[in-house]
Amino acid sequence: MPAPDRDALILAAAVGGLLAVATAVGRLLRRRVATDAGRRTIDNFNARVAAWWVMALVFGAAISFGLLGACVLFGLVSFFALREMITLTPTRLGDHHALFWAFFVIPPIQYVCVYVGWQDFWSIFVPVYCFLFLAVRSTLLGDTRCYLERTAKIQWALMICVYFVSHAPALLTLASHEAAGMVGAGTSALAVAIPPGSGWKLLVWLVVVVQMSDVLQYVWGKLLGRRKIAPTVSPSKTWEGFAGGVLSATAVGVGLSFLTPFDVRVAIGMGLTVCLMGFFGGIVMSAIKRDAGVKDYGALIAGHGGMMDRIDSLTFAAPVFYRLVRHYYP
Amino acid sequence: MVAGLIRLLTGAQARWKGTDPVRPDGSVPQRIFFANHTSNLDAPVVWASLPTEVRRVTRPVAARDYWDAGPVRRRLANDVFRALLIERKKVTKSNNPLTAMADALDAGASLILFPEGGRSAADAAAEPGEFKAGLWHLARRRPDVELVPVFLENLNRILPKGDFLLVPLLAAVTFGEPLRVADGEDKHAFLGRARDAVANLRRRAEGG
Repeated sequence: MPAPDRDALILAAAVGGLLAVATAVGRLLRRRVATDAGRRTIDNFNARVAAWWVMALVFGAAISFGLLGACVLFGLVSFFALREMITLTPTRLGDHHALFWAFFVIPPIQYVCVYVGWQDFWSIFVPVYCFLFLAVRSTLLGDTRCYLERTAKIQWALMICVYFVSHAPALLTLASHEAAGMVGAGTSALAVAIPPGSGWKLLVWLVVVVQMSDVLQYVWGKLLGRRKIAPTVSPSKTWEGFAGGVLSATAVGVGLSFLTPFDVRVAIGMGLTVCLMGFFGGIVMSAIKRDAGVKDYGALIAGHGGMMDRIDSLTFAAPVFYRLVRHYYP
Repeated sequence: MVAGLIRLLTGAQARWKGTDPVRPDGSVPQRIFFANHTSNLDAPVVWASLPTEVRRVTRPVAARDYWDAGPVRRRLANDVFRALLIERKKVTKSNNPLTAMADALDAGASLILFPEGGRSAADAAAEPGEFKAGLWHLARRRPDVELVPVFLENLNRILPKGDFLLVPLLAAVTFGEPLRVADGEDKHAFLGRARDAVANLRRRAEGG
């Protein structure tokens, strides 16, 4: 469990302050607007802010329990996201048992291995072993109709919802285990890079930057948005929103770089990378929604839609961020 | 509490597209909810997705041969869902399901009914099967009762017929506009219309 250190207090104050301002602005605007359309927009905004309070509290509470809390939290996130994604993609009765494995066996194994720090195994478990297993499992049931499509859908869902998401709590093992090993090896210059027990700060940095990128892209898009990036996939995404959101979220990342071993140059590079990956995650998950003909993945989080609507950017940003940090801060 | 658990497990979302669960004056009309049937979870899910005040007066009509087998099911059916268990196989004068249902209606209960009689084993894409005549007879005998079509989605993917492994997908329960028997309408026409009402809800549910 990380000690309630100075960084944690600063973060709690900053996030709490930001949300308090958003809540106050929402309340004020609710009294000002006169039109029905405006009222609906503000109500949605207020529902989103209320949900942000809950999400921030749950996230903060979970990571105060360290790696265990992070694994439990993201394990549940995986479960809800997987549920939404499989619900949207039509499967056949022949997939029923493969789906049972995908929900109740594979995710627990993945997260337990992340928790015990079995990096060599969890980083290939889904893409190698589960990939092969699911292919064989569905074949043995003998239903060959749309075989490749059905199998690929389950494999995709597991990769996105379980494998990629599990890289987020894995950031905690990265720092403590690797850095602790480095101290033992005597290369103290690198050991200072990510001190043991501070991996949670990398996770917070990633989550805050990626989520701020989503929010700021939305805000800039509303303010200046003109030219659409991909009207058929995600009608609300504009070049102006994209540029403004990515740049300002990167600036947030630089401002929060005291949480990380990054200097300003690295923080800019990491910020741009995770925001870009987050953007890609958002439009890929949108493409899946459009294909299924729905607007949201679910109704789990009031004002936001489903779990997948909230974590779409994180699914793409987390694995790339994890790999980069691991590579440059071994 | 059981209702909350079922909702959590199946993620069941109720959508009311044609009538409100409770009247604006706070009263709960007497109803027969009739739905497509694809899973043993159907009756518990419809029951659980109703608002508390409606759930309190609503009894699922369920097959005695399934729900009376084993202490757990019997306990659930009798004490939790307060199911009205009916005979499917050896119907005699004394256990006629219609009489039992009409009596329950007279006692003020609303009913959840699956007019296909049994679960269709079909894949998700299939339309509901032919409706049996019970719904028609009840509608004729108790014309004041509202007949509300209900479409259940994804339950056969959560717990398909002939399987015991549960896959926790999200179910949806769509309630449609109430029907009544039209003047001079015969049994066949009414049952066809009732079946279409359920099938149409599926189209509306999928159309957004």
